[in-house]
Amino acid sequence: MPKNALSLPPRSTPLKPRRRALVIGASSGIGAALARQLAREGYALALLARRQDMLETLCKEINAASGESRAVFYVHDVREYAAVPALLQRILADLGSLDLVVYNAGVNLPAAYDFENDRLMTEVNFIGALAWLDRVAALFQQLRSGQIVGISSVAGDRGRAGNPAYTASKAALTCYLEALRNRLSRYGVHVLTVKPGFVQTDMLKQAQRPFMVISPEQAAADICKALRRRKQFLYTPARWGLIMLIIRLIPSFLFRRLRFLA
Amino acid sequence: MDTLPPLQTLLRLSNFGRSLYAPGYTYQPVSVEEIEQIFKTARRQGLTVGLRGAGKSYNDAALNGGGIVIDLRRMNRILDWNPETGVVRLEPGVTIQQLWQHILPDGWWPPVVSGTMTTTLGGCLAMNIHGKNNFRMGTLGEHVLEFTLLLPTGLEILCGPKKNRDLFYAAIGGLGMLGVFTTITLQMKKIRSGLLQVRAWNVPNLAAHLNALEAGAPAHDYIVGWLDATARRAGLGRGQIHTADYLTEEQDPRPQHSLRVEYQTLPSTFFGLVPKSLLHYFMAPFMNNPGTRAVNTAKYLLGLTARSYRQTHAAFHFLLDYIPDWELAYGRNGLIQYQSFLPKETARDAWTEMLTLSHRRGLPSYLGVTKRHRPDEFLLSHAVDGFSLALDFKVTDRKRARLAQLLQDFDRIVLEAGGRFYFAKNSETTPQTARHFLGQEAMAKFKALKKRCDPHNLLESDLYRRVFEEDE
Ligand SMILES: Cc1cc2nc3c(=O)[nH]c(=O)nc-3n(C[C@H](O)[C@H](O)[C@H](O)COP(=O)(O)OP(=O)(O)OC[C@H]3O[C@@H](n4cnc5c(N)ncnc54)[C@H](O)[C@@H]3O)c2cc1C
Ligand SMILES: NC(=O)c1ccc[n+]([C@@H]2O[C@H](COP(=O)([O-])OP(=O)(O)OC[C@H]3O[C@@H](n4cnc5c(N)ncnc54)[C@H](OP(=O)(O)O)[C@@H]3O)[C@@H](O)[C@H]2O)c1
Repeated sequence: MPKNALSLPPRSTPLKPRRRALVIGASSGIGAALARQLAREGYALALLARRQDMLETLCKEINAASGESRAVFYVHDVREYAAVPALLQRILADLGSLDLVVYNAGVNLPAAYDFENDRLMTEVNFIGALAWLDRVAALFQQLRSGQIVGISSVAGDRGRAGNPAYTASKAALTCYLEALRNRLSRYGVHVLTVKPGFVQTDMLKQAQRPFMVISPEQAAADICKALRRRKQFLYTPARWGLIMLIIRLIPSFLFRRLRFLA
Repeated sequence: MDTLPPLQTLLRLSNFGRSLYAPGYTYQPVSVEEIEQIFKTARRQGLTVGLRGAGKSYNDAALNGGGIVIDLRRMNRILDWNPETGVVRLEPGVTIQQLWQHILPDGWWPPVVSGTMTTTLGGCLAMNIHGKNNFRMGTLGEHVLEFTLLLPTGLEILCGPKKNRDLFYAAIGGLGMLGVFTTITLQMKKIRSGLLQVRAWNVPNLAAHLNALEAGAPAHDYIVGWLDATARRAGLGRGQIHTADYLTEEQDPRPQHSLRVEYQTLPSTFFGLVPKSLLHYFMAPFMNNPGTRAVNTAKYLLGLTARSYRQTHAAFHFLLDYIPDWELAYGRNGLIQYQSFLPKETARDAWTEMLTLSHRRGLPSYLGVTKRHRPDEFLLSHAVDGFSLALDFKVTDRKRARLAQLLQDFDRIVLEAGGRFYFAKNSETTPQTARHFLGQEAMAKFKALKKRCDPHNLLESDLYRRVFEEDE
């Protein structure tokens, strides 16, 4: 694989240590906001997604704002599973190390009993996460350090009539992240599961009755705070924690009758 | 299709001071052929290759984050030793300890050694180390008769002071960026006794300190100073001078005895009580400003009466090895060293300014060591006709940013005073600083040689990226 065309971020020195993050699905929405926030906190960044123009603009903006090369990008479709090991190796070599990996890539397509759509959602939201995070987990376990963040969704807490495959893909991701946490905590590796409510991004167009909508910047700030505190779960905004606690307790026979929730 | 380096080979490597970590796919070859294979793999994978000896450099010299690291410690055979001529041929992973233990019984000692014997000769040559006798014996490179250098292209080149001269003077001190030393031939120094005559006395301030080094050097085989970097005002730069001299056969009536390896061995307990391996736990509570000031003052007061005694070579040279893992006493964030080399004319003023600045900012160094130096011909030389001062600093999260600023100010003072730096030690040297003291010409010459020896830029280290790879 060829070397990155952008100039690479400087390496750590003892007096200027630099944390390094990989954000998968960084071209827009929550991922882009998180990249900006991490850059402000001094992270060196590898940004991944399919849309090259968006990534390029974002990297330029971040590098201009920080006055040095802080972000580089890689064009990648998370469904190219076989490319993952070599790409991860490339990123590790370009950044010098990795302290944080965020799996944020996700799609939410209309639910119309359309197998192709449902498969795509499953592949991007879940199988891609397996392809990346299996490898990252092995890396962090080997290094005995690291933080993994998965952007799941409140939608994954219950099976919902609105979009069966989307909720199922997020439920699978949530469950997978919990299992990773249980496997990796003994190696000093931290896993954070993020469950956003409604966030003002392109994806929100799919939502039927959004409420308590927050900005992607707000979500990014919450995620960074949870990372510093090494929290295991994050609802953003936090109020969703209480809401989902109640929703999870509603028995299934009742839940399916609550049209506005299910 | 080539397979990726397995994740199991990825090790979290650190610098000596444990203030920096970087993962590297680590290989431990035992032959030149294996090294060639690793270069081929690296090229196919688009990965770079860093070289590593014992990893005792204080900075990022032996780290290559996310790339391949060739750890040369298993190539550690002494290939040939001639006790008549004192010429030794060895593989690069041989340590200074292995070397002296091999040659001492025949009455020889390495002409130049570092303050620890755990270093490898390949690593020492790539940095071109100096000892406490630099003013007399020069650097290690000056005692090399020849070496073979394996280039990343697979070519092996024999170099000596008269053979491939350019490469000889650039690869020694070349930071492992031109090729791999695969065999090294060195001239050892004849000695008559396993003991040295050591003298120690205090010096009350910086002027006296530097005078003692300058005046003392011509009369002694070794000279080194301890500088109490916590002392201020009138006592600024005070410390203790140690000299050491070889003994003649007459002075040591039983050389066969003192030249035995067992005789040299460092004791395994401290004051006969504390096992050495635990000592760093006892040091840790003193590793703060008041603690160090108290310890340094006590040490200074104890040294008020001059002393003269005999000591083994190992004990004199490798004092720091008395306390295994002493770097752990510096805590979670480890330590760094800042070593500056100054011409004898400007040293006093520059170091006065630096030490004063460190006190004013509440960032005194906990250990200072001074030496007397002479210039040499190597391309990336750190040497001057003057002195060096090495300052150790504890790294803490709270002090990091201020310490970075302090060292930046130090760099400015040293450059203005015509000083130089050593790539085995300083961790924050910028490309601008390096260009300033090495000179544009030396830098360009080194890069041109690198292009010739390593056309695909396979050899890299975090140090090289930091200092030599600006705007490329
Ligand atoms: C306690 C202590 C005291 C010290 N005292 C002194 C001293 O008195 N004087 C002094 O000059 N230094 C001193 N040093 C520094 C030390 O001697 C140097 O950093 C030396 O290079 C360390 O050797 P190493 O085998 O650990 O090499 P490493 O630190 O592993 O590597 C050093 C460099 O050598 C390169 N390298 C390693 N092997 C090869 C090879 N076979 N071919 C080509 N390049 C290679 C590496 O790429 C790297 O750039 C001291 C260090 C410590 C920890
Ligand atoms: N917005 C919300 O209300 C909300 C609520 C809960 C959870 N979430 C979750 O938050 C995450 C981010 O979504 P968002 O709201 O920020 O929407 P977004 O702006 O559409 O962001 C989605 C990101 O995923 C990337 N992506 C999509 N398919 C990809 C693929 N095949 N390969 C690589 N990258 C791909 C996109 O980049 P490219 O298109 O350039 O590839 C983009 O960067 C998603 O996982 C989503 O499920 C969002």
